[in-house]
Amino acid sequence: MDFVNQLQRKFIDYSSSLHREGIVDDQFTQLRKLEDENSPHFVMEVASLFFEDCEKLINNMAIALEQKQGVDFKQIDECIHQLKGSSSSIGAMRVKNACIAFRSFSDAQNREGCLRCLQQLSHEYSLLKNKLQTLFLLEQQIVAAGGSIPRVH
Amino acid sequence: MESCNCIEPQWPPDDLLMKYQYISDFFIALAYFSIPLELIYFVKKSAVFPYRWVLVQFGAFIVLCGATHLINLWTFTVHSRTVASVMTTAKVLTAAVSCITALMLVHIIPDLLSVKTRELFLKNKAAELDREMGLIRTQEETGRHVRMLTHEIRSTLDRHTILKTTLVELDRTLALEECALWMPTRTGLELQLSYTLRQQNPVGYTVPIHHPVINQVFSSNRAVKISPNCPVARLRPAGKYMPGEVVAVRVPLLHLSNFHINDWPELSTKRYALMVLMLPSDSARQWHVHELELVEVVADQVAVALSHAAILEESMRARDLLMDQNVALDLARREAETAIRARNDFLAVMNHEMRTPMHAIIALSSLLQETELTPEQRLMVETVLKSSNLLATLINDVLDLSRLEDGSLQLDLGTFNLYAVFREVLNLIKPIASVKKLHVSLNLAPDLPEYAVGDEKRLMQTILNIVGNAVKFSKEGSISITAFVAKLDTLRDSKAPEFLPVLSDNHFYLRVQVKDSGSGINPPDIPKLFTKFAQNQSTGTRNSGGSGLGLAICKRFVNLMEGHIWIESEGLGKGCTAILIVKLGMPERVNESKLPYMPKMPTNHGQTAFPGLKVLVMDENGVSRMVTKGLLLHLGCDVTMVGSSDECLRLVSHEHKVVFMDICVPGIDSYGITIRIHEKFTKRHERPLLVALTGNTDKVTKENCMRAGMDGLILKPVSLDKMRSVLTDLLEHRVFFEAI
Repeated sequence: MDFVNQLQRKFIDYSSSLHREGIVDDQFTQLRKLEDENSPHFVMEVASLFFEDCEKLINNMAIALEQKQGVDFKQIDECIHQLKGSSSSIGAMRVKNACIAFRSFSDAQNREGCLRCLQQLSHEYSLLKNKLQTLFLLEQQIVAAGGSIPRVH
Repeated sequence: MESCNCIEPQWPPDDLLMKYQYISDFFIALAYFSIPLELIYFVKKSAVFPYRWVLVQFGAFIVLCGATHLINLWTFTVHSRTVASVMTTAKVLTAAVSCITALMLVHIIPDLLSVKTRELFLKNKAAELDREMGLIRTQEETGRHVRMLTHEIRSTLDRHTILKTTLVELDRTLALEECALWMPTRTGLELQLSYTLRQQNPVGYTVPIHHPVINQVFSSNRAVKISPNCPVARLRPAGKYMPGEVVAVRVPLLHLSNFHINDWPELSTKRYALMVLMLPSDSARQWHVHELELVEVVADQVAVALSHAAILEESMRARDLLMDQNVALDLARREAETAIRARNDFLAVMNHEMRTPMHAIIALSSLLQETELTPEQRLMVETVLKSSNLLATLINDVLDLSRLEDGSLQLDLGTFNLYAVFREVLNLIKPIASVKKLHVSLNLAPDLPEYAVGDEKRLMQTILNIVGNAVKFSKEGSISITAFVAKLDTLRDSKAPEFLPVLSDNHFYLRVQVKDSGSGINPPDIPKLFTKFAQNQSTGTRNSGGSGLGLAICKRFVNLMEGHIWIESEGLGKGCTAILIVKLGMPERVNESKLPYMPKMPTNHGQTAFPGLKVLVMDENGVSRMVTKGLLLHLGCDVTMVGSSDECLRLVSHEHKVVFMDICVPGIDSYGITIRIHEKFTKRHERPLLVALTGNTDKVTKENCMRAGMDGLILKPVSLDKMRSVLTDLLEHRVFFEAI
């Protein structure tokens, strides 16, 4: 039991840190609330979908920005829009903010700025992915040890 | 005489003898012939004669005898041989018949004789029957008389009439000389002559009750023959007449009767009156059994009739008494009302008169406090202020209490903030509590409505009073105040059996518990707490500083609020808990912009608020689509996902109640879809509600949505609670535009 308590405490601390650092926001908490007996891995599923989506979009944007002929800013705009929507749905705050910044450069059709933002975006995305994956691992450990995932306010 | 053929002369020349013989024979024959004729004639006349055969025989016998004698007439003279043979034949026949008749008569004569005895027997029987008939008739007469008597007696409820009628009717039936009724006196030791038949006004003639004859009569329920010399029977002036037989019978008196017995309860055992009946003197009449029976029956009937009359008198008396009491009560009530009005007037006047100087004193003393004073002066001023405050409170309390008791106090109902009331109480009590180093904690239940309808001022006064008491009577420790909405089972507390709450839709019962760890109260003293002016003396040296009215007023306020208040304590030194339940109203739904929507039921995770609600979600973005779907699934909806407008148009049906469309995605003409959906569903109730989900917070988007014909707009991100409340609102009002 002590081991479970330890894990749970670790989980709570880690969760709080995510919120504190601004990696996730309140929307993420809302998503956690939607987990119940019918959909026990809801957050994980949404997260994996997001990761897929995100990677795809970042790739597309990278390719688009690589184009020597001319950057298709419209396409980039669409991608950013999608990413912004996804990230706000999942509660990935920093990713969303990066998107907003990206958008302004995209509207200004500033290729340099866009590249820089893309880099920033990738960085945020990797950070998010790591952190979330660690969190999910902790969850699994707790469940395997027989405990229940504590609710974080 | 030998027959000869010689011719003889007609008249023989013999002597007288022959002549006489001739005549006798003639007469005999005549008689003999007439007897049967007579017999036949008379028998024919009578209807019954059983012996016809005998008659025939007798008739034959006589006729033949007559014939013989008749033929004899011819034999006196010379007669032919024919005559002789006829004569002989006749004689032979006669002989035969007479012998037979003689033989027959041996049988017949005893029969004829017995007829006579039977006749005598029947005559006796008839006489007996006649007698019995007479008896029955008399009995029936008696019965008729009894019925008539009873009818007469029972047709009236007046005691005197009953008795008079009895005597009169008895006289009529039995033809008495005198009939009298002797009643027991008040003392019960004597019988007094109360009613007589002939004498109009009997003088108070009394006879001691313990006479052997009287005892004998009283001990039996039959009519008893008594001697005419008995004192009760000596009613007429003694004359030289032979007095007629006298009969006496007892009449039971029920103790409810109005014969002056009410003052003597110990004489409630059976009391009897005596009825004496005298037959006319010199008439040699005897008391017959049926007459005695009649008398007994009458006596019983009289007893019953008298008791009825007595009961009627009693009830009339009771009714009169009640009427008098009614009048008296009415008068008392009017007087009480006048007194109350006078007192109220007095109080109102005095109140004003008292309050004005009080305010002056308080105001000026507080002003004085502000000025420069020596310490001594300051102390004096403070004392003055404190005392005058107390006095002012006392005046207010007394006035309030008197108004409360009259029922003339009315609550000022209004909508107020319940949480604010508690916060205020806490703020007011905190200074005092902190001085005494008492810890005060307030615990409000989450389901407690923020706003309520009731009398804010008086509710605060009540709660403040209770909390103040808790603080006052605790030297150390902590005070906890809890408030929550009382559910039905907690309302029916065993400690408050007379409190019968009634739940209704727009009211709720607020339950406040104030627990302190102070000096506690002895359980037997608890009921006294709420009575006015009753101080709790047993807790000794305590400067209560109160007039003892506080709790009494609280109780009355609580009663006005249709609630209940009581105190529980386990004993001295164990602290006590004051519990208060009041009925408050629910405020009407306030405008959304002022208050957040307060759900009536406590929310819990996983509650499916919209089971089976068919919803269509259109969103190009996979992640956001999944999130929205998760939200709606959690709320129990049946979610269909589409990723493009074509799919949306294809799949949308009248079964879907709501369509959520994400309109921030460029490329999807959400407004176009809206118009097409409107075209598809012409009937309004078939069309699903169209709601836009957007992250755009500009008014243009909202206007566009409205113009396109959408029913709602929600800003992303959507939390679970927000989605729930939006759906509720949407389904209720069929429109929901979030304030941007």
